[in-house]
Amino acid sequence: MSLWKSLLGRTEPKQANLDALFSLPTAGITLQASLGMRPTGVGSVCFRAAEGAAFQATRGDLVELMRADGTEVTETTDSYGFTWLTDRHDPSDLTGLVTELHGVNSTLEAQGFGPGLLCSLVHFEDAAGRRVALVYLYKQGTFYPFAPKGPEQRDNLFEIQIRDAIGTDLPIEKDVSRWMAVWGAPEL
Amino acid sequence: MASHRFLKDSGLTARMTLVMFLLGGLFVGLVAILMGIGASYGGGGLAIIIGFAGLGVAWFQWYNSDTLALKAMGAREVTPQQAPELHAMIDRLCAMADMPKPRVAVSDTDLPNAFATGRSPERSAVCVTRGLMRRLTAEELEGVLAHELSHVAHRDVLVMTMASSAGIVAGMLTSGARYGMIFGGGGRRDNNGPPLWIVVLVVSLVVYAISFFLTRLLSRYRELCADRSAAFLTQKPSALASALTKISGDIAAIPNRDLRSAQSMNAFFIAPAISGMSMKTLTSTHPSLEQRLQQLAQVATELGRPLDGGAGPSTGVGPLT
Repeated sequence: MSLWKSLLGRTEPKQANLDALFSLPTAGITLQASLGMRPTGVGSVCFRAAEGAAFQATRGDLVELMRADGTEVTETTDSYGFTWLTDRHDPSDLTGLVTELHGVNSTLEAQGFGPGLLCSLVHFEDAAGRRVALVYLYKQGTFYPFAPKGPEQRDNLFEIQIRDAIGTDLPIEKDVSRWMAVWGAPEL
Repeated sequence: MASHRFLKDSGLTARMTLVMFLLGGLFVGLVAILMGIGASYGGGGLAIIIGFAGLGVAWFQWYNSDTLALKAMGAREVTPQQAPELHAMIDRLCAMADMPKPRVAVSDTDLPNAFATGRSPERSAVCVTRGLMRRLTAEELEGVLAHELSHVAHRDVLVMTMASSAGIVAGMLTSGARYGMIFGGGGRRDNNGPPLWIVVLVVSLVVYAISFFLTRLLSRYRELCADRSAAFLTQKPSALASALTKISGDIAAIPNRDLRSAQSMNAFFIAPAISGMSMKTLTSTHPSLEQRLQQLAQVATELGRPLDGGAGPSTGVGPLT
């Protein structure tokens, strides 16, 4: 944000950056080849539901849009007041899942709710059942891995391993203090 | 095609810019008068030195504002392990606003309050009291935190320090002139004018008084700006509104009780007899609750407005529930 705008007290909400999301399928292939992690077909979008009638109307459109191709969609609200739309897709079609997530984003953005987008998750799992999610931060336009290990504990070593594996495919969040823990994420 | 619902409040920006401009003019005027005094009396050099000392103090306070304010409030910094919910809330808000995360502190006071301090967004701290966390729901607390983060993003500590520099210099000069009154005694009447210390005292008192009201006015505008930004960031103006109502404890703003059931005559005076300017509204650092709620209601309308192609609102927005 520019200094001038902040001095005038005009902090406009930061717009979401959606472009980098489409580089995810490439990273999925790398993850499978190097660490044996396969996509589980689950992806979710986390956003802040705005109050008012306009958002209620948009929310209806969203769920309709995601259900149009016969996939399963669930909506949950976490303890921090953020809404999660979770999509269960065909695990072999990562591109389709990403396209669908992007559809949610662009619908929200077209209605002026782009500033309310927090992050998007795509889940991966290895043969041993170890789960990890690639988290996309909309405002920064960067990814980071989130590997929960037991209650309120994350597997930092594994996360760094994943970062090193996909570092060339995706823009990775360099500041690790922004690797926010998303404990409330559904199905992780 | 990135559309958003943020509406610029040009009136507020214009009024705020005018006040900042006036404060800047006041400072320039004060310096010019001091230099004039220095030229005609030959003894004004001391006044300028005193003025610069005042600026030095202001700069020091601004530079160390994060540690100074936390110490003054008896607050201590908390780690993510000590206050996981508070940290997670701020993490999410900072990720949404794309700003660096400030340090988080908690004060063991029961008074419901929160403040943000620090010389820049990179070096800032947000502090909440235990009383605030106890009284507010998670949603309301988030609204208050977003308000404080907006103060950080708007660099309010820097703006208010700069804005009050004329007042600080004038304040230092007032005490310096009183010092001169005691020790400078008779004063030199070489050029038949009043003694130096009287001139400096009068000028600095006038500047101090004007600066006092202008900085308070500016502070009220900055609060309104922070409210707006917080409501747009959390997209929940009603949560901030209910937090403000709870904190101020000002139930009189919108009565919860049926006024017909009230026994005393006071209940019939829904609008105060004398509205508008009063000493209290002129000197307070924060805008009145009604003003703040009014503005949050505007934000709620803006968020509920259908954009092109969207379905129209079918139900009332109800921002003040």
